[in-house]
Amino acid sequence: MKKKINRSRTGTIVLFLAIAVFAAVMALPLILVVGNSFKPINELWEFPPRLVPREPTLKNYSDMFTIMSGSLVPFTRYIFNTVLITVVGTLGNIIFSSMCAFQLAKMKFPGRDRIFSIIVLTLMFNTTVTAIPNYLIMSKLHWIDTYWALIVPTFGSSLGLYLMKQFMEQNVPDALVEAARIDGASMWQTFWQIVMPCVKPGWLTLILLSVQSLWNVGSTTFIFSDNLKTLAYALGQITSAGVARAGVGAAVTVVMMSVPVIIFIFSQSNIIETMSTSGMKE
Amino acid sequence: MKQKEKLSGKSKAKTLLKDIVRHRNNYLFMAPFLIVFFTFTILPVIMSMGLSFSYFNVLEAPKFIGLRNYYKLFLNDPLFLKALSNTVILAVITGPVGYMLSLFMAWVLNEFSPKVRTFLTIIFYTPALCGGTFVIWSLIYSGDQYGLLNGILMSLNLIYEPIQWMTDTAYMMPAAIIVILWTSFGTGFLSFIAGIQGVDKTMYEAGALDGVKNRWQELWYITLPSMKPQLMFGAVMSITGAFGIGDLISGIFGFPSVGYELYTLVHELQDYGNTRFDMGYASAIATVLFVIMVLLNKIIQKLLAKVGQ
Repeated sequence: MKKKINRSRTGTIVLFLAIAVFAAVMALPLILVVGNSFKPINELWEFPPRLVPREPTLKNYSDMFTIMSGSLVPFTRYIFNTVLITVVGTLGNIIFSSMCAFQLAKMKFPGRDRIFSIIVLTLMFNTTVTAIPNYLIMSKLHWIDTYWALIVPTFGSSLGLYLMKQFMEQNVPDALVEAARIDGASMWQTFWQIVMPCVKPGWLTLILLSVQSLWNVGSTTFIFSDNLKTLAYALGQITSAGVARAGVGAAVTVVMMSVPVIIFIFSQSNIIETMSTSGMKE
Repeated sequence: MKQKEKLSGKSKAKTLLKDIVRHRNNYLFMAPFLIVFFTFTILPVIMSMGLSFSYFNVLEAPKFIGLRNYYKLFLNDPLFLKALSNTVILAVITGPVGYMLSLFMAWVLNEFSPKVRTFLTIIFYTPALCGGTFVIWSLIYSGDQYGLLNGILMSLNLIYEPIQWMTDTAYMMPAAIIVILWTSFGTGFLSFIAGIQGVDKTMYEAGALDGVKNRWQELWYITLPSMKPQLMFGAVMSITGAFGIGDLISGIFGFPSVGYELYTLVHELQDYGNTRFDMGYASAIATVLFVIMVLLNKIIQKLLAKVGQ
């Protein structure tokens, strides 16, 4: 095997040890919660605490379903709400962002660069900061206590648009777009049949980002009707019952984590590919 | 002379208008995104800035009161100053440290085979990916002997009494910093991984011939300069994160935290906006946050220009 340049053996060993220790620390809370979710109740209160259960059980998960079926609003309703919000929000996010990104990346028209630089500037603004005026806007639109309040803002997410625009710029050949236009394809045809199939990694990344934000929507000031509340909110209520439900709480956390993690596992190589064009010019 | 200028100005506007009309399809295509973006991102920023000069309780129309909200913030609200200092402390520590850790880990990960790299990427990214997972830390920090951290320290005989990590003011700040760092391997981290993978391999060989002697010099002179755009993107992401800390703290340490030890600007904002409905005052807090974020961004741009020199 060819020796790599500029790599001393001791350096490599030290770095590998450092990352092994660090990875163990990073993983510890995750292992703990997965372990706890399979622990029978007597093992949860052991001293010294153990990470891995001695007699694993599914009791916490079955308890979770029992509590769910005893709730006032049927639990399927919460699941339906979250799935609806996540699916509609994600679809809208992909279509709206990609349409705009396509124009900003591949077309020329007055004001294009200015529009893009404003969008880039807003990447810095955390959503908690805009939350209060957003509440006023939602109430003017009469969207308080409707699905729209949770779904529509994701359609205009600047991070998704930014990543999509950068990716299209590098990965959609100009010649391809021009050829399609010359052949008489409409703007929509060019977008839907030529551009979108070229940027699969881009939209997989948008799926991950919007699922990440929508799946976890819990208690919010926009919704007060019980039958419009989300899965994260309902499951959060179970966890907040405290000590008595520590095991069920762990099971809940595992269930909530599993959806985004599974999406990431299956799309991670595409997401890294998208991120390779995420760079920002000074 | 003047007449002519006016004319050319007019005709310029006319050609621009023609240009815009000619490209109406382009604008139409962007409209859905831009309308939503304007309504829920730009408009709130403008509203915040405007309302920050007013008294507004939602029920009555906003009343212009000049700079009075800002006077109160800086001269007459000890809790705001506490929140500001906590936010700055948390951001100054967790922002740069989280950023460096993400960069360093991305760099070391690159030395592994793709399978190991993917596995470790998933472990590092999961805390940031799954919004609510930080609640796990309340099990670790639990104040009795069954808490994981107390359990470990007590069975090693390092401490004899359980420590109240979540309510003892001496430990709360460090405890919070650790959780925040745990969640700091986010979008920026993925961008670093991609950036490092994207460096042209022949540059390393050329560098070795030019006298780059070890991996650290390679990192500083070759890797980092060729991924400056990713470094900038990561910086923006970490500023956004570092100044938005609030829910994580309420989730573990409760709201308000003991002695307001972990009270941040986000908490102050939520308190005035959602609980007291003093929208003018809350807007002034939001405006202060905007200004800090924009200024920091400028400073970081200057700093990053120095990488590799």
